[in-house]
Amino acid sequence: MEVGLKMTMKGGGGDHVGGCDKEKMGFEETELRLGLPGGGGDGEVVRKRGFSETVDLKLNLSSKQDTSGIDPNDEKVKGLHQEKNLLLSAIDPAKPPAKAQVVGWPPVRSFRKNMLATTTQKSSSEESGEKAALVKVSMDGAPYLRKVDLRMYTSYHQLSDALAKMFSSFTIGNCGSQGIKDFMNESKLMDLLNGSDYVPTYEDKDGDWMLVGDVPWEMFVESCKRLRIMKGTEAIGLGHTKSCGEMQEEKLKEVGVVNRATCSFDLVGRLLHACTSSSSSSSCDEKLLQSQQMDAWMDGAVWLCYYY
Amino acid sequence: MNYFPDEVLEHVFDFITSHKDRNSVSLVCKSWYKIERYSRQRVFIGNCYSISPERLIARFPGLKSLTLKGKPHFADFNLVPHDWGGFVYPWIKALAKSRIGLEELRLKRMVVSDESLELLSKSFVNFKSLVLVSCEGFTTDGLAAIAANCRFLRELDLQENEVDDHRGHWLSCFPESCTSLISLNFACLRGEVNLGALERLVSRSPNLKSLRLNRAVPLDTLQKLLMRAPQLVDLGIGSYVHDPFSEVYNKLKIAIQRCKSIRSLSGFLEVAPHCMSAIYPICGNLTFLNLSYAPGLHGNKLMKLIQHCRKLQRLWILDCIGDKGLGVVALTCKELQELRVFPSDPFGAGNAAVTEEGLVLVSAGCPKLNSLLYFCQQMTNAALITVAKNCPNFIRFRLCILDPVKPDPVTNQPLDEGFGAIVQSCKGLKRLSLSGLLTDQVFLYIGMYAEQLEMLSIAFAADSDKGMLYVLNGCKKLRKLEIRDCPFGDAALLEDVGKYETMRSLWMSSCEVTLGGCKSVAEKMPSLNVEIIDECEQMEFNLDDKQKVDKMYLYRTLVGHRKDAPEYVSIL
Repeated sequence: MEVGLKMTMKGGGGDHVGGCDKEKMGFEETELRLGLPGGGGDGEVVRKRGFSETVDLKLNLSSKQDTSGIDPNDEKVKGLHQEKNLLLSAIDPAKPPAKAQVVGWPPVRSFRKNMLATTTQKSSSEESGEKAALVKVSMDGAPYLRKVDLRMYTSYHQLSDALAKMFSSFTIGNCGSQGIKDFMNESKLMDLLNGSDYVPTYEDKDGDWMLVGDVPWEMFVESCKRLRIMKGTEAIGLGHTKSCGEMQEEKLKEVGVVNRATCSFDLVGRLLHACTSSSSSSSCDEKLLQSQQMDAWMDGAVWLCYYY
Repeated sequence: MNYFPDEVLEHVFDFITSHKDRNSVSLVCKSWYKIERYSRQRVFIGNCYSISPERLIARFPGLKSLTLKGKPHFADFNLVPHDWGGFVYPWIKALAKSRIGLEELRLKRMVVSDESLELLSKSFVNFKSLVLVSCEGFTTDGLAAIAANCRFLRELDLQENEVDDHRGHWLSCFPESCTSLISLNFACLRGEVNLGALERLVSRSPNLKSLRLNRAVPLDTLQKLLMRAPQLVDLGIGSYVHDPFSEVYNKLKIAIQRCKSIRSLSGFLEVAPHCMSAIYPICGNLTFLNLSYAPGLHGNKLMKLIQHCRKLQRLWILDCIGDKGLGVVALTCKELQELRVFPSDPFGAGNAAVTEEGLVLVSAGCPKLNSLLYFCQQMTNAALITVAKNCPNFIRFRLCILDPVKPDPVTNQPLDEGFGAIVQSCKGLKRLSLSGLLTDQVFLYIGMYAEQLEMLSIAFAADSDKGMLYVLNGCKKLRKLEIRDCPFGDAALLEDVGKYETMRSLWMSSCEVTLGGCKSVAEKMPSLNVEIIDECEQMEFNLDDKQKVDKMYLYRTLVGHRKDAPEYVSIL
């Protein structure tokens, strides 16, 4: 749990660290307690089980329940041993319980099963998808959060545009369609020196905070639980994967600096875009780190951005 | 009773439409039998092997509508091998040869060949209605023959059939002169259809009331069809995927608003859930909503849709609705009579989204509930007892806990008491399916209380023969009993063989009955066909009477052993 460790080292935000630890424990608990919303009256942790385990349960009935007065075990054991319909070859406790499927159970018409299988296949391959992937977007310093439906977009670029529009109320003015390049060329950036750095990050399914842009868009949509445009100082050590493409390396040589309180959020959007403008899911974070080090952003006084 | 001329009696009998009543009428005396048989137009045969087509034709020369059922119910769940039987061809052949003016044919779980369909289409001038449910064996070529040759066709209703789709030229086979269609349902077809032909067909069918499309019909076409058929009462949407800001979607909204008569809605075989709002205008009038093939529709979108459906009487849904969603149903659908909750992921092992909570909510909110099919993750005795109290009017109660032998998760007890409460409270219960951990006790309750029970399905239950005996002795009106994986043996089977003549059929698979036991039944009851289905062909090599029988299906019949049984079926 690299993030957790680094966070601790950094010492930033006790809450955040605590949160990570809690999340870890909670996750393990969750792993064990799948699928029983109302139960657990006896406090037992119940795992989901395939029929093979159920069969094992039946064979061990004497140890679990004997309240009815009837001894169900003998007949049931016999009956189960003659269960020819089980696809499992044998009730072998040494084997891991395979996803045993009893023929004809559950009693669903094969027509229905086939139809649903086809429908599910089709939906997962469709971009519009079945579930709106609404995630909260927070920007450090903004008075309130926003929500976006990630399924409304098909690329990081679209998302960044949308975010830019959303948080533009916190900016000095619109960046315009030509983006950072123009902005920087107009030398406005230097005037706004005073801020901190921002990095777009997201929390994934495992509860880790990741840098936006590493993985392919679809994977990102599937795993993203919330977005946070966080201060650069807290962004050290975020999980990342591969390295940038050559093209971006060149472009990354130029950096700009803006005041976080007064600049356009469009910059952050452009940042996102820059991270992933190549189709190979490259990660710019290594470069980010290098540049950051280069510019001594550890003191929290510098906002870096890439232009493309 | 012979004071009246025959014509008067005939006129009186015209008002008696139920099959059971007409059967009773025919038993009163010879003269009533005679008058009834000549005036009978509709015949229902629950087991196609119980009677022959020749005898049917001989008794009812005025036959116009025939309903036939073939394979046993458990065939739906792959427990009956292919080619077991249920062929419709001999029936059509015999009817074609006769002078019967067949107008309607309704088949369920039968094998229907293209040849049969072609013969059907050419043999009966006034043929009007073909309804096929869970059938197989035909292709779209057979449908083409029906379309082309049945000049007065009113109804072509295909429900959940396995059809070999040769990519739909069949729709084009409806001649231009065919303007009589009232009902067209091809939702189960997997292939493409000729959209232009479909549009033209709908345009020239002013009486079209029911239209159910397959997934190959896009929204664009749907919109055009609705514009041409605003009189529809029953609509099945194929594909519902589109861009909410498009022209097509706007047109659809307008088209739907014109359809003020729609009372039944189904399909959504492909769905983009962002745009269900187009449907809202018709939701308020719906009495039947079937979303059981739309896994893409769930969560808030689904709940919002249901909140518009205040007049719903029948709801078929997937379990992704969740207990919470069922809560919404309970609050909204006060007229609900029938609820079916299907599993969206039958082998997901623990991801089923409904539990006993959802059912309790619906039972509390929907007092008119009388028919239930419920696939769930778990059930408790307490919940079933509550449901029994809330809804004493159940006629059909089918509960399927996905884990076949699961006890009450709260108390770890079998579900005997829960189901016992159901049968005790619901005095009109006709159909019951059990699941979960069950002992002989539940069958004691069923035998004691389920006086009107006609069909019972049992799986992985009971401890001994006593269970089956309680049922056979207690349920006087039992017609169909189907059992799998229960410890019932010869003692139970042989206790009262006369009982089976009062029933349509008995199915027992993976139980304890032996070959000897089955032979004994066959010997004592010549009016029964006792079939041993032995796919592994163990019986070939081992004719030991003590051998356990894998699958036994017995049924009463007036025509003895059938001649079309495959190799692996022995009729004792």
